[in-house]
Formats: sequence, C-alpha cells, structure tokens
Amino acid sequence: MPAMTMVQAINNALREEMRRDDRVIVLGEDVGRNGGVFRCTEGLLDEFPERVFDTPLAEGGIIGTAIGMALYGLRPVPEIQFMDFIYPAFDQIVSEAAKMRYRSGGQFTVPMTIRTPFGGGIRGGHYHSQSSEAYFCHTPGLKVVVPSTPKEAKGLLTASIRDPDPVMFLEPKKLYRSTREEVPEGEVLVPLGQAAVRRTGADVSLIAYGYMAQVCVEAATKAAEKGVEAEVIDLRTLVPLDEPTVLASVKKTGRAVVVYEAPRTAGFGAEISAILAEKAIEYLRGPIVRVTGFDTPFPYTLEDVYLPNSDRVLAAIDKVMAF
Amino acid sequence: MVDALRVIRDDGSADPRLDPALSEEDAVRLYRGMSLQRILDNRMLALQRQGRIGFYGPSLGQEAAIVGAAIAMEPEDWIVPQYREPGAALVRGMPLKELLCQLIGNAEDPLHGRQMPCHYVYRKGNYLSISSPVGTQIPHAVGIAWAMRLRGEAQAVLVFFGDGATSTADFHAAMNFAGVFRTPTVFLCNNNQWAISVPVAKQTASATLAQKAPAYGFDGVRVDGMDALAVFRATRDAAGRAREGHGPTLIEAVTYRLGPHSSSDDPSRYRDESEVAAWRARDPIARYRKYLEHAGWWDDGREARLEQEIGDEITRAVQEAERAPPPALETLFTDVYAEMPDHLRDQRDDFLAPRGR
Repeated sequence: MPAMTMVQAINNALREEMRRDDRVIVLGEDVGRNGGVFRCTEGLLDEFPERVFDTPLAEGGIIGTAIGMALYGLRPVPEIQFMDFIYPAFDQIVSEAAKMRYRSGGQFTVPMTIRTPFGGGIRGGHYHSQSSEAYFCHTPGLKVVVPSTPKEAKGLLTASIRDPDPVMFLEPKKLYRSTREEVPEGEVLVPLGQAAVRRTGADVSLIAYGYMAQVCVEAATKAAEKGVEAEVIDLRTLVPLDEPTVLASVKKTGRAVVVYEAPRTAGFGAEISAILAEKAIEYLRGPIVRVTGFDTPFPYTLEDVYLPNSDRVLAAIDKVMAF
Repeated sequence: MVDALRVIRDDGSADPRLDPALSEEDAVRLYRGMSLQRILDNRMLALQRQGRIGFYGPSLGQEAAIVGAAIAMEPEDWIVPQYREPGAALVRGMPLKELLCQLIGNAEDPLHGRQMPCHYVYRKGNYLSISSPVGTQIPHAVGIAWAMRLRGEAQAVLVFFGDGATSTADFHAAMNFAGVFRTPTVFLCNNNQWAISVPVAKQTASATLAQKAPAYGFDGVRVDGMDALAVFRATRDAAGRAREGHGPTLIEAVTYRLGPHSSSDDPSRYRDESEVAAWRARDPIARYRKYLEHAGWWDDGREARLEQEIGDEITRAVQEAERAPPPALETLFTDVYAEMPDHLRDQRDDFLAPRGR
C-alpha cells in the first residue's frame, strides 16, 4: 500500500473514478497539461485526453458549463484554482446548481463536485488563503465536504463524485503535502455526513475540520500533559452535519471548544455553537468557546498570528475547564 | 435597421432564395404555435389582473422569434429558455394544463408551487428549468452542448436570452467557451429593444449584437425577428451546422416587446407609444398569416376555427388547473437533496407535528 500525500490521494481518487465511470469529466484552469497548480490532476490529461480540459480563465464559465454537463447526465469535477477565486462563480453555484433539483421538482439535477483548495498556512495572503465555507453551508441544496487526511480525502472525494447532488469539496492546502498516509489502491469510500473522532477524552470536546482538526489534536496532546483529556471531533462533512456524533461527545464531556480558521462572525462554528446551545445546554458545564480567525481580511506577513494554533486552542481549553 | 435576414416579402410570398419550404402541415403548426402564445398571453394577463395568478410575463411581438426558433429544432435537441418562451415549451409538448398549474403554483404543478409564475420546466421535451437572474442559463446551454459533443451525439442546444443578457459576464463566458470548444450551441438573442426600461442603445455601444460573435470565433447572423420564416431558416441552418460539428452560431432576432416587461411593469414610464405603434404595424403573426394566405393555406374561416379552438383549450386548462388544491406542506422539504438529510427531516417533522393546545 503506497504512502501518499493528500495531493496524490486526490489524484488517485480522480484517476480511479475516471477509469470506473466515463461520465466523469475534469475541467478548470491549468488542470490539463500542467496538472493543476497543486498537481492534483497531474497525468490525467495523458490517460484521458478526451475528458480533461484546460478552460479559459473564467470561474463563472467553468461552473456554468459544468452545470450544463451535469444536467445532460455527466459527472463533471470542475476545479477552482483557489477558493479565493470562486466568487465570480458564486451565482452559478448558489442560484443554479444548488437550486436546480428543487426548482425543477426533481426533473433536472446537478451531480457535480467542485474541488477547490482553501484555507491558510501557505503564505498566500488574502487571495490565496480564505476559508469561505460558511457562504456555501448557508445554501440549501449544496453539500460541503472538508477532508483532513490523505486516505479520507480519497474516500470522501470518491463519495462526492458519486453523490447525486452538487458537492463543494474543500481541500485544506496546508495539508496537501504536510503528511503521508497509506492509501489503498482501488475503491476507498468515506460516506458523506459522518464525523470522525480523532481522539477520545472525557473532559472537553474540540470540534473542528480541515487543518484545524490537526491543530486540535496537537492541542489535545498538550492538554493531556496537564491532565486534561480532550476529545477531538473532525466533522469531515459540514453539510449534512453529523449532529449525533457532536452532541454525544459534548453531552459526555460537558464542555465544547469550536475551532475554525475563517473569520469569527457567522462562521460555520457559530452554527455548531448554536446547535449545542439548543440541544445540549443542560449538559454544559461552561460556556461554548470559539477559537477562530479574526474578523479581518486574511493577512500575509502575520498569517501565523491570524491562524488559530494549538496554544490558542489550549488557552480556550483552560478557560472552559476553569469555568 | 441594419440589414437583417428576411424571408417573407411584403406581398406575403417567401423569398425563393431563402424559403425553408415548409409543408402545409408544418407551416400551419408554426402559425398555431404563435397564435397559442399570443392568445395565452392576453388571457393570462387578464387572469393576473383578476388576481387568479400572481404574475405574468407576456411575449407580445416576439412570437416569431420564439416559436419560429423552437420549432426549427429536432425533438432530441435541447431548449434552454430565458423566461419569456411559453410558446417554445408548448411546441415541445408541454400540456397546457401543466403550464397553468405552474402559473397558479398548485398541487398539480410539477414544481409544487416553488417557483414564481412563468418559471415552468418540461424535462420530457428537453426544456430546461428557468431562473430569474439574467443570463445564467447561457453557460448551461454551452455545457449541455459540450456534453453532447463529448458523448458523440448529433444533437444541438437552442438557448434563448435577451439583449440585456448580452451585457452579463455569463454571456461572455458562454460565448467564449462555445468558441473555444466548438460546442453545438445556437445562441438565440431576442433583441426586443428593451431590458425593462433600458433601451439596447444604453446596453451596448455595438452597432449590432450579432457582430459580437466573430470576436468569439464564430458567425453571428441578424434576422428580422418579426419574420417567422427568417427565424426558422436561420435557426434550422445553425442547428444543422452545429450537429455536423461546425460549432456555434449567434442569431440576433431583431424584434420588439410590444407589451410590458411583466404584469408589474408600466412601459409608459419609459417609452413613447409612437415607437410601439410603429413596431405593432409589423406584427409577426399578421405577417405570417399573410404568407399562409398567399400560399393558399389560410382564410378567415380557418382563422375563426383556430381562435375558437385555442380559446376553448385555454378555458378548459384554466378550469381544470383552478380545481387543484395548494401544494402539500411536505413538498416544502422534498427535492432539496436526492435524499432528505437528517437536519431537514427534523425541521420537517417538527413543522408537520400536530400542534398542542
């Protein structure tokens, strides 16, 4: 079983799905000959010259035409080079792809997986670092998926491509090459809508996704040195959310720290906090605390200060433990 | 007007160099489609004024540019509508009652009352779903056509949009992608001179809309949109070229919106009645009738019978549609996803649970 980076695992998932299903089409900026700026689509053009397309530089056109392909019955997997560039396609995603099934009474559907690298940690400044997941989580009709390990990236991407609904597949670029993991050749499926418990603990629940899930594991390790056992929930799918896993953990620990790197106000973690307040308040032994990016544009030089790290998570753990 | 393709001459004869040579049956079918759209528009505007439907967007003046184009496509082709093409949906086989149920938004509306009136969809006729934002459907038409080409199907896509839509980013992206990938797309721009209150001269500094096409690497043709045979001929030719792998065409149908933008619009606020009158004199239905009469296929007796027949059909459809109840509450929650996720199921169950006290 080969050890792969997340980039390699994504490439492997795309390749295997393209082999399995000739309706799968890859399109986007630089995804062909160049193999994508992060190399996620490397080699696909050689193997599938009729199904991999370098497109003109227009995100609205990429998503708009991919929607058309999906309407016709194909399984397009468009790539938006950075999530920061997705906004010209926002109307196509939220007004068209997301609403097609509903507005047509199920007569037309859009089985499309939009892959896009997101999040900070690569010195990209505010146009190569944003975490815009909340906009899409707020749109009924979309599913939103965030992997955090190579093997699960393969399994979640495979499940996304096979899903009958439009999926936003957000790839934490900080994790693209930071670790390697054994990834089996052949079918790997991680069902959408299931969170993973990365670490069990009885004292406090840390709830995160993407790169922040890894930060939370680090923080939990540090907390254990101080005698606090933290449980780490990696959501993996934001919509639909695995509420039972989140609620079971918080009901057990009675404490919750919600971590996301997007700006704090109206971030997806605010929804998690609200769900906990609505459905688990009688179990809480302290306030729900959020550790997030600041309500500022994403900075360049001070990126490390902006992004939540394990020390900030640890400080939040101390706060809820001391309550 | 800059030169535009015309087929029907002033005496009602068809220019022999351009005559698409329709059979009597097809020629009458085209007339029936245009007449149905016209009579439907007038009846629906009246229904809206009576409060029996919430909204309506008429197509008065654009019957040739809509029905003439739709009828030129083959049944396996796809039609991607803007929102002003009921005549196109009907010639694709959409039952009148289904259209009425959509306008009312009742339980027999396949869309379960989820969309405003005039946003009908008819999958069986390869007639796509409609959204209100302008121009968003144009890239879809290119993607559908691209997919046809990838699958090796000899099909084409007809997409409708207006002069206002040519200002959008989606129009530009769609035209550009269509040129680059040589998709079998027929872009049918209904240049009806007005985007609500903004005239086409304020929409673009281009002398014509058709001339935009060569910049994207394919042909643009300008046709007299009040001439059903000209629209038919241009569309059939463009679709034929598309199916044979020769790529897209932009057709600018020069026409006029004789009525309001919608039942909520008052055109007297922004345009002069004398302008409308000049265009009304070129009524596309009257013009086409002259052609039918010249061919010996039409007379007052047939006209009277057709009007009676269409009127009765509409009356029957309205009566049947108005009998249907409102959509079931459950339909608020279905079709958001293929399978209802738990959070939505919870919201539905909570909403539908019998209320205590």
